[in-house]
Amino acid sequence: MKYSPAWKKALIPGSILAALLLIGLPILNALGVLSDYYLNLFGKYLALAILALGMDLIWGYTGILSLGQAIFFGCGAYAMGMHLMLESSGQGVYGERIPDFMVWNRVTTLPLFWKPFQYFPLAVLLALAIPAVAACIFGILTFRRRVSGTYFAILTQAMAFATWLMCNRNEMNLGGTNGLTDFKSLFGVSLHTPFALRTLYLVTALCLVGSFIACKWLVGSKMGLVLTALRDQEQRLRFLGYPIAQYKIFIFALAAALAGLSGILYAPQVGIITPSQIGVLPSLEVVVWVATGGRGTLIGALLGAVGINAARSLLTAYYPEWWPIILGGLFVGVVILFPDGLVGIPNQLRQRLRRTRAQLFERSVPGSVPSPTGRGV
Amino acid sequence: MRTPCLVFLCCWLALSAVGVGLAKAAPPHALIMDLTTPAKQRAALLELRDLADPTLKGVLQALKEGALYLWKEETLLILNDAGTLIDLDDKPLLDSAGQPLLPTEGLEQVALEQENMALVQRALEALELSASDPAKRRSIALRWGNLQDLTVIPLLEKAQAKETVPGIKAVMVETMHKLRLLDPAPQVRQQAIAFFGATRAESALSRLRDLRAKEQDPQVQAAITTAVQRIESYLQMRNAVAYIFNGLSLASILLIMSLGLAITFGLMGIINMAHGEMLMLGSYTAYVLQEFFAARFSAHADTYFLVALPLSLLVVGAVGILLERGLLRFLYGRPLESLLVTWGIGLVLQQGARLYFGDQTSVNPPTWLRGGWEIMPGLIFPYSRLFIIGLSLVCLVVIYWLLYRSNTGLKLRAVMQNRDMAACMGISSRKVDTLTFALGTALAGLAGCALSLIGTVDPEVGKTYIVDSFMVVVLGGVGKLLGTVLASLGVGMSNKLLEPAIGGTAAAVYAKVGILVLVILFLQLKPTGLFPAKERLAAGTVR
Repeated sequence: MKYSPAWKKALIPGSILAALLLIGLPILNALGVLSDYYLNLFGKYLALAILALGMDLIWGYTGILSLGQAIFFGCGAYAMGMHLMLESSGQGVYGERIPDFMVWNRVTTLPLFWKPFQYFPLAVLLALAIPAVAACIFGILTFRRRVSGTYFAILTQAMAFATWLMCNRNEMNLGGTNGLTDFKSLFGVSLHTPFALRTLYLVTALCLVGSFIACKWLVGSKMGLVLTALRDQEQRLRFLGYPIAQYKIFIFALAAALAGLSGILYAPQVGIITPSQIGVLPSLEVVVWVATGGRGTLIGALLGAVGINAARSLLTAYYPEWWPIILGGLFVGVVILFPDGLVGIPNQLRQRLRRTRAQLFERSVPGSVPSPTGRGV
Repeated sequence: MRTPCLVFLCCWLALSAVGVGLAKAAPPHALIMDLTTPAKQRAALLELRDLADPTLKGVLQALKEGALYLWKEETLLILNDAGTLIDLDDKPLLDSAGQPLLPTEGLEQVALEQENMALVQRALEALELSASDPAKRRSIALRWGNLQDLTVIPLLEKAQAKETVPGIKAVMVETMHKLRLLDPAPQVRQQAIAFFGATRAESALSRLRDLRAKEQDPQVQAAITTAVQRIESYLQMRNAVAYIFNGLSLASILLIMSLGLAITFGLMGIINMAHGEMLMLGSYTAYVLQEFFAARFSAHADTYFLVALPLSLLVVGAVGILLERGLLRFLYGRPLESLLVTWGIGLVLQQGARLYFGDQTSVNPPTWLRGGWEIMPGLIFPYSRLFIIGLSLVCLVVIYWLLYRSNTGLKLRAVMQNRDMAACMGISSRKVDTLTFALGTALAGLAGCALSLIGTVDPEVGKTYIVDSFMVVVLGGVGKLLGTVLASLGVGMSNKLLEPAIGGTAAAVYAKVGILVLVILFLQLKPTGLFPAKERLAAGTVR
């Protein structure tokens, strides 16, 4: 195979994506074809697509199933939410310097851990650093002890459950079950103006394109090959002397940071973040997006996130009670019938066609051995 | 002055009983008439109270409600709810024509003096102290414990002597001693305090503490301190027993749940994420059967549970077979995909149950599982929880026998150790897989049926325990049953022991978080759990 540098491979799909999201949709919006409401909705999907990119990196490429990505997403979203609440402090119902829910909970002064989030750069930095550091610590505790596979999945799930339980408590000073909401402005610009919504969309799209190109570059680099090898033949890689735990910790932390970024962009666009978005179910939904779109392909993760969220918005408007059933059914169906997701369907069909043809050929030419076409585990 | 009066009354009562016969011991008419004179009312009420004659109930009730009237200054009449006047023998007041008479003149309401209101109430309660309904007797005896009135002690003494139910008798004696705590004589107080020190009654603790603040006599003061200490140390011990029991109860639930999980995981490397929903199906089986029995065999409604136990096992086991045959066998060797598929199934089942059954229902435990065993005063082990502990032990024994003493178990262990080699020896590993998976889900169904005894039946019933039982599997490893047993004990116990240690409303939440942290720290020492499956050393990673 002709060698081409990883960044070159990333460039073409990256620029197509950029053209579509950064130029195509805004033009449609400007022409009035796409209303501000849908642009905002699309911005939300794109924010979640960043979360899916991270999930694809660790699960699709590296084969680590984390059922706790929503925690890291929640870190980012809560950090941004805290900043937004502090930005509009003094404009609440009570006119206090602290958020309204603290007044209800009889908290009189701003808790210490809220203070850094007054400053936007610091809030963003923390929103990325907290998930990354948390993932690092969790990774060190597990990967270095060779806890992986199902054990790792269950532990992350338990972590998501515990975080959800904690965030529901009022004494955590994060708004309890109601979460953080009633965001007013960012940089003094009201979040409800079309200008703010469009800008947020553009920033989100830009971040997504940037993350996409970075991830594409990563998976195309030598590091990416190591990650894929880790997924397919971990033992062999270990015997070759690769520091497996370090690779795993790195990719887990990177995925966590991407989840944090996703949360940062999600909170101001949606205007609310509650514990229900950081529990076990939302974590697993991320897995569904990636599985449906096609894991191990970044574009698949992207398509899955946008597609399923769009379907969700559409269906929950009409049949809200059927959504979990559709989601669960979709998941079972995809994993069993289309293990490579939507993106993999053409390839799957081609393979099937080839197999049928080979069988026909085999019948006409006795004694020939069909080539094994089994899929890797 | 009171005692001679009482003696006199008793004699009088005895005499009249001899004279008129026991069935018709008429209340002393003169005393009742005294009620109409404000000056004599209190003394009369006191005597009537001490008489505790059930036939007085009507008069006292009427006096309390202002429905007692004096007619022509000689006859007492009661205005009943129907608006007719009746005399004390329940006969309506009739005119000469035999029609009910409602005179407008000569009728005078008997006023209840302000200071006697409590006394009438007491007199009425005194009647209930010898009522035939034990619950009434008990509640009056309990209520009197909060009185400041020492004069009711003789009444209690009499009632307690007649009482046949031991529990109520104990309450009466306790109440008597509570009242004696207020006695002016220090010796009596000291005796009462000593009584509470000996019986370690929790109900007297706050009373004793109050008393200590007011007490003047140093000797009594010392006695109170000793008694309070005894009660407090008893309470500590009792709480410890309660925590251990709660821990055991949780551990037994986790054990039934995680036995199935652990066996499936050990054999197939699959964690069944729908295990919580299998539990839910078991609960709903019990619920449906209960409804069915209530509709069809309401006479034998209690037996539903005996049918529900095996049926939940079968139904959920069948669901397990369907799941394994229908879906999981396509994912053989891909544990993470299996995990995700089972989660999807769980989601569908959960929402399906919500759509079909609605949000929350509950099962009435059969009568023979209601109530509890009072192991020490104030501490009751509910029969339902004891039953679950017993059930988990039975399950453990059966599973042990199945795994290590039966032919099927031999095959199962062979497949667990080396699938290919076992297949070469003629063991159908697929059949073993299906059986094991069905066994695992059936155990979850059984757990669900048992859990319906102590909680609600709702679509999220599995959620409470599922994460804990995953932790049990991770902690225990899959090599031995003992690992699962120890891990469920560990998780269950530390959950229930951490809760009081943390305290506060959020204790349960922080205990769960604490358990997770402990499990992760434990995995630093033993990354594959207490008893890992034997593998080649090179394959040191967990599945």
